[in-house]
Amino acid sequence: MRPWLNHHVRIGQQSLGRITANPIAAWMTITVIAIALALPASLYLLADNLLKLGDYWDGDTSISLYMKPGSNSTATQTLAKQLEHRADILSVNIISSAQALEELQQQSSLSAALDILDENPLPDVIVVKPQITSDDPLVLNKLLNWLNSLPELDMTQLDRDWVERFNAILNLSRTGIFLFAALLGLGVLLVIGNTIRLEIQNRKDEIEITWLVGGTTGFIRRPFLYSGFWYGLLGGLLAWILVGLVWLLLKTPVRDLSSTYQSTFSLSPLSVSASLSIITVSAILGLAGAWLAASYHLYRNTDLNQYY
Amino acid sequence: MINFEHVSKRYPGGMDALLNINLQINSGQMVFLTGHSGAGKSTLLKLIALIETASRGNVYLDGENLNKAKHRNIPYIRRKIGMTFQNNQLLFDRTVFDNVALPLIVCGYSHRDLGRRVRAALNKVGLLSKERRNPITLSGGEQQRVGIARAIVNKPKLLLADEPTGNLDPEMSAEVISLFSQFNQVGVTVIIASHDLQMISRLPYPALTLQQGQLV
Repeated sequence: MRPWLNHHVRIGQQSLGRITANPIAAWMTITVIAIALALPASLYLLADNLLKLGDYWDGDTSISLYMKPGSNSTATQTLAKQLEHRADILSVNIISSAQALEELQQQSSLSAALDILDENPLPDVIVVKPQITSDDPLVLNKLLNWLNSLPELDMTQLDRDWVERFNAILNLSRTGIFLFAALLGLGVLLVIGNTIRLEIQNRKDEIEITWLVGGTTGFIRRPFLYSGFWYGLLGGLLAWILVGLVWLLLKTPVRDLSSTYQSTFSLSPLSVSASLSIITVSAILGLAGAWLAASYHLYRNTDLNQYY
Repeated sequence: MINFEHVSKRYPGGMDALLNINLQINSGQMVFLTGHSGAGKSTLLKLIALIETASRGNVYLDGENLNKAKHRNIPYIRRKIGMTFQNNQLLFDRTVFDNVALPLIVCGYSHRDLGRRVRAALNKVGLLSKERRNPITLSGGEQQRVGIARAIVNKPKLLLADEPTGNLDPEMSAEVISLFSQFNQVGVTVIIASHDLQMISRLPYPALTLQQGQLV
């Protein structure tokens, strides 16, 4: 067991040493790998953050009920009472037309324009929070249908519509990122494979002689597998650093943007598990690329008939 | 130890390197293999070392039919054989010591045993003082001896040498041949391919002569 372990440690050190002995070429390979991985990882970071943004509003589903114009506040009160008794409604909140006007005057630059109006153009609004016991959309649909049939109402608006659309877009973009990542992962595989192919060509003599003195295919392949592993690992680490830089650069602008929406939302960095995944996937891709290249080119290049 | 039964080797392109070879070499023998270049000497050695496989007939090594050896077993069969090459096949990116150690590393020897055995082999070929040198700084004869040290470091029962005196002057050739006879004296079977008929005729060992792929 111990000589075996020693052998692996030695081979691992030697292949790392071979990579660092040629730093410019190694850096180029590692940087290509890192960029290829940092692209989908950064997109993932953004999508993940947008998803949190969606979750933030998801529990806040509410239905705004707009009273018919000209209806008086007693009608609004009566309807509100009626709604409060329903089991599928959690809370009822009235925004009277006067309140709405006042808020509008405070918040918007329209106050001057509003001042010249003779009467309040805004209807009373009842904001209803439905009791969502499950994710069953049918319950909500039933409530909506019933609300839509009420003669007192001008229109109903479910505030969740956009959240659903937002989530659908996010799901779509997550699928897109996955496909994008798969393509770039394939690119990483090929980059590493090609690097290993060059290394095999450069070390042809050593491979042939090792083969002649009784080295097994596994023994000959091993240093190249370690090379691929190191390239993948270092590329993954650099990709992680690049994503970290993207986060650092975007953090402040995002906070500034969200503060204009009175939101405390801030861009979260990559989670520990996502970071580990990037590095692990990269190392595995390196190993796999090296294995493919070594299996293919060693069998072709150790056909010793032509060299001996 | 080695048996050829109706062995032919045809290379792609239709060139017959060996034609219907029958021969037997017993354990402990030292044999010269001679003939003009292109007569099939190297091919015959390659068949024994499993660098090539016979197109027809059977090659036996220690009773094992090499034609039926599985690809993954080839390295293990080769470890029983020490071989030196015409161009020495040394690696110039490492020391003499590391070159000689390669067959042991391949077998998974621990570092401690390795040093002892490599130095014993280097001592036998008289190059112990040059273990830290790069082989490219050595003379042709010394490089040949590094190749021999690498071939014997594993203590093989069979030693194959392809033109070991090819590029050496007569004095150095004699030294190298005397090394091989020393190994033979301790029981190693030795097969030396050489076209140096003058040298061979002065030595007391049997010679097999190949002519256009056939034994004469």
